[in-house]
Amino acid sequence: MRETFIHEIEDLNDDLIMMGSMIESAISKAVEALTNKDVDLAQEAIEFDNQIDNKEKEIESRCIALLVQQQPVASDLRLVTAAIKMITDMERIGDHAADISEIMLIIADSDYTSHMSKIPEIAKATIKMLNDSVNAFVSRDRKLAKSVQKYDDVVDELFVDIKAELTELIRSDLEESNQAVDMIMIAKYFERIGDHAVNIAEWVEFSQTGMYKGTNIM
Amino acid sequence: MGDTSNIKFKIQDLNLFYNSFQALKSVNIEIEKNEITSLIGPSGCGKSTFLKTLNRMNDLVEGTKVEGSILMDGIDLYREMDAILLRRRVGMVFQQPNPFPKSVYDNVAYGPRIQGIKKKIELDDIVERSLKQAAIWDELKDRLYKSALGLSGGQQQRLCIARTLAVKPEVILMDEPTSALDPISTTKIEDLIIKLKEHYTIIIVTHNMQQAARVSDKTAFFLLGEAVEFGVTKELFSMPRDKRTEDYITGRFG
Ligand SMILES: Nc1ncnc2c1ncn2[C@@H]1O[C@H](COP(=O)(O)OP(=O)(O)OP(=O)(O)O)[C@@H](O)[C@H]1O
Ligand SMILES: [Mg+2]
Repeated sequence: MRETFIHEIEDLNDDLIMMGSMIESAISKAVEALTNKDVDLAQEAIEFDNQIDNKEKEIESRCIALLVQQQPVASDLRLVTAAIKMITDMERIGDHAADISEIMLIIADSDYTSHMSKIPEIAKATIKMLNDSVNAFVSRDRKLAKSVQKYDDVVDELFVDIKAELTELIRSDLEESNQAVDMIMIAKYFERIGDHAVNIAEWVEFSQTGMYKGTNIM
Repeated sequence: MGDTSNIKFKIQDLNLFYNSFQALKSVNIEIEKNEITSLIGPSGCGKSTFLKTLNRMNDLVEGTKVEGSILMDGIDLYREMDAILLRRRVGMVFQQPNPFPKSVYDNVAYGPRIQGIKKKIELDDIVERSLKQAAIWDELKDRLYKSALGLSGGQQQRLCIARTLAVKPEVILMDEPTSALDPISTTKIEDLIIKLKEHYTIIIVTHNMQQAARVSDKTAFFLLGEAVEFGVTKELFSMPRDKRTEDYITGRFG
């Protein structure tokens, strides 16, 4: 048995789970700050992004060290490769959580909560996708990973609805146009988070099957 | 039959016994021409035993019994071929470089001389060609008449490869050819092996999995005398089909 190596692989696994839970909490903070108009929490969500960035760098160097020192093969190689890709998506999700909070701080003085459209729904849907993709990784659940890929359609439709509704608002009431545009941007960030959750789910599938988006890339 | 197929060796239901001990169990593998096939697996799993069946070196061990068949170019090795002629077509390189205590030149000319080649120009030609093929001509051309025992380990191993090439085999078997060598000599031998596959079929036993991954087209994983998994090297190392292969190559074995 390669004791040290297996230990390092387990540590990598734990680190990925940790980063997954960090981005889950980043999104939750951003959503809560947005719906409750909580300026302090929004500030916290923005600052939390630094920790996520640091975690990404930490995992990245762990992966590089593993590749150099251990030259992993088979499932270990797939895990390390998937990890390097997954943390990029996770880091972007962290960025978007901060982006959402930054917009919220700009519009905090306005009465934006009356023009939220289906933003609470799209927030809920992306959080679900994110939770599922992280859980799919934790429990090596390919079915769940697949379901995340499908669920993306729900988020895409919600975004289309939100855009239509807020565009209508801009047309009917120019006074509200600034807020409406900001809301569309927030919705777009959620939609992007959904895409990154799909990517994570795709790498989860790859780490188990060697298949990425239907092609064998090993 | 004959030379039309790409298969060099077709091994069918091969069993090998050393007296009552069964060292190979129902091995079924096809080895393609001009490919490098590596054999991996834990110590005692039967790699060397399998390798030696391909030129019937096991015949020399008392108490061995072979069942099943090995076809080389469609012809049964054990039933339709002369062992001596076979060994001329299927050469072998060992773990420890084993040059004869003779000059570099005489080492390489040894096989051809036994085959009856006597003319100096002809032998000169073979020696030069073989040393060049073994990528060691430039290093040795000025010391052809010095003793081979004065060479470094890596040079001795390439000389042994040249000696094998001198009798123009079709297949080269190598049993851990670099395990006694330093990394630079190892790299040279690996480069050489890859070059040689243009003209030869090569089967190599190695304990170095990175080496198997670097040089070979196909890999066979042996365990307790069984060929557990055989397939394209890249696939075997990235996505093994058998749990036992996975456990072995990822170091989770035993
Ligand atoms: N001449 C022999 N007589 C009896 N048993 C033998 C003989 N040669 C090998 N064996 C046994 O057959 C089995 C396979 O041996 P073999 O040398 O083929 O293993 P291997 O995979 O090459 O191992 P290693 O990696 O240590 O070289 C071992 O259990 C060994 O003890
Ligand atoms: Mg051996």
